[in-house]
Amino acid sequence: MRMSIAEGLRFAIDGCMAEDQSVFCLGEDIGVPGGFGGAFTVTLGLESKYRDRIIDTPISEAAIFGMACGAAAMGMRPIADVQYGDFLLCAASQIVNQIAKLRYMSGGAIGLPLVMRAPVGVTGRGAQHSQNLESFFLSCPGIKIVAPSTAYDAVGLMRAAIRDPDPVLVFEHKLLYGSKGARTEKGTFDASSEIPDEYFEVPIGRAQLLRRGDHVTLVGSLLMSHFNMLAAEELAGEGIQCDVVDLRSIWPLDIELLHESVKKTGRIVIVEEGPKQGGVGAEIASGIAELIPDYLLAPIVRVAAPNTPAPFSPPLERAYVPRPSAIARRVRDLMSAS
Amino acid sequence: MSNGSEAAEVLERIGAERALGMYTKLVEIRRFEERIHFLFLEGNVPGTVHQYIGQEACAVGVCSALSEGDVIASTHRPHGHAIARGLPMRSIAAELYGRATGTARGKGGSMHLGDLSKGMLPAIATVGDNIPIVAGVALAFRLRHEPRVAVSFFGDGAANEGAFHEGLNCAAVYNLPAVFVCENNLYGASTSIQKVVKVENIADRAASYGMRSDIGDGMDVFDVYERASNAIGAARGNGGPTLLELKTFRYSGHSRRDPNNYMAKEEKSYWKARDPIALCEAALSKCGFLKPKLAAEIQASVAKEVDEAIEFALQSPFPEEQELYDGLYTSIEVPR
Repeated sequence: MRMSIAEGLRFAIDGCMAEDQSVFCLGEDIGVPGGFGGAFTVTLGLESKYRDRIIDTPISEAAIFGMACGAAAMGMRPIADVQYGDFLLCAASQIVNQIAKLRYMSGGAIGLPLVMRAPVGVTGRGAQHSQNLESFFLSCPGIKIVAPSTAYDAVGLMRAAIRDPDPVLVFEHKLLYGSKGARTEKGTFDASSEIPDEYFEVPIGRAQLLRRGDHVTLVGSLLMSHFNMLAAEELAGEGIQCDVVDLRSIWPLDIELLHESVKKTGRIVIVEEGPKQGGVGAEIASGIAELIPDYLLAPIVRVAAPNTPAPFSPPLERAYVPRPSAIARRVRDLMSAS
Repeated sequence: MSNGSEAAEVLERIGAERALGMYTKLVEIRRFEERIHFLFLEGNVPGTVHQYIGQEACAVGVCSALSEGDVIASTHRPHGHAIARGLPMRSIAAELYGRATGTARGKGGSMHLGDLSKGMLPAIATVGDNIPIVAGVALAFRLRHEPRVAVSFFGDGAANEGAFHEGLNCAAVYNLPAVFVCENNLYGASTSIQKVVKVENIADRAASYGMRSDIGDGMDVFDVYERASNAIGAARGNGGPTLLELKTFRYSGHSRRDPNNYMAKEEKSYWKARDPIALCEAALSKCGFLKPKLAAEIQASVAKEVDEAIEFALQSPFPEEQELYDGLYTSIEVPR
């Protein structure tokens, strides 16, 4: 069946909730009858099926993640979400000081099988509803981070996240959800997939090669993976063939797959939607430069947002996010210089 | 307890065995903390310590009212809660010394004592953060229809954290089986509560959440026990959460070598005249539960237990360096 990411996430959550009584959802506006099923319709309708396990909360992010932590320590499998990724920071102490560390500081005695969901992406809302916080949480050992760029990955990674014994943070992209009705996003990108009837998971910690090419490795996640594919298409017409890698997991980072690709191409362009400063791209770059420097035919290139907050004005926002044309230009420059 | 006859009634209800058990726990915490204080000043204990001397009746009174499956969460000052909840003193001592035989194999230290198999989460040392976590523990009990209760211990300082507000509100909204125990020792580190709180009682804040509250004498272990029993019983019986404030006092400084010079002499002597162990001894002697000989025996046996716990800790090995990478993830190795 063809599904959008929003539908795929709902499908995966529904399936896990049907199968396992310990799975429950905790968040703002997620199960109000006549409401919208969370900010992007992911839990729409689930409240009628699981009356006690779709729990609407006050606007209290620290409580949402703190309660998820406590319930998970007791063996439940909470799925906690925020309406915008930015609000994860309202619960930062619970996520960074508690959820990421509780197992370690118990000497490995406690497990925290919990899922955190957070929409990211620069989408016409200004500085406080647009951050890509992948890099922020990348600096927190103890949390796994995944980022599905297609509905297939959304289903497979969500299932894997719910069944994982450790805390998993799922970054979802506002322009990829394919949410319908009043929650439709302007400028939405089609990330729908055919979802097989057979059960499958997408393993956490593994990247995926989306397209093969010998000249340059193009790597990114979420919306940037779609942009990378568009750039690769454009470049193919000029005879430049790209290996396009979708990270799928931000942590653990599948550095092996990237090494394989770079050993073949000798060049890498790392693309991310968030600021370059302290970015995911820096972690990838160091994983290449430190470990396989001899394979590089050219310096590593990073394409990222400027080191500023996201602006609101549409022309400024367009200039802020790396576009497919800008990615293609950087690849072209790299190829002509090496 | 307000008067003699009421006190006698309470002790009658509690019974000699349980009452003497509480007395023993008070002494265990006091002697353990005194020894740790001494060893710390000698430079013998690594890291830092936040000591519980003076507040013993709070942990002992509440924990004595708990059942086996109940779960508590503590703070940066958790030694007393760990002893009161029944964690072995030797494992506690070993954890303070960072040994592999400690409650968290040396990964936690003084501020993260805990053992979930004994009903205590690792202590949460960021002020106030255990409050929503305890709400979540209680939520799990509710979702599984288990007759268990979750208890959060925190100080007056935590009542000014956002987590207090969010956690109590959620616990009230969902009518969770939880008890929130505020040990009001009048100081957040060196800052007097009078400088940072405008209401007379922390318990007064419960009304704004539609939550039941109670105020107990945090120096009187039997008063704490009675009030905690009521709150825990209500929680277990689907009657919802309680904010239980206990008025108490910390004899020691906030941490390490803090000589608490910011506390007035009169204030210290006022509270020390209401010492929880002395009060307990007096009540037990008065009703005939405790004779001097028995008191001496308990003191001696606790002193021996403390000796053995410290000895066990000192004889225990440190964790192997390789263990640095253990216990973070369940399903994968730490990526390097």
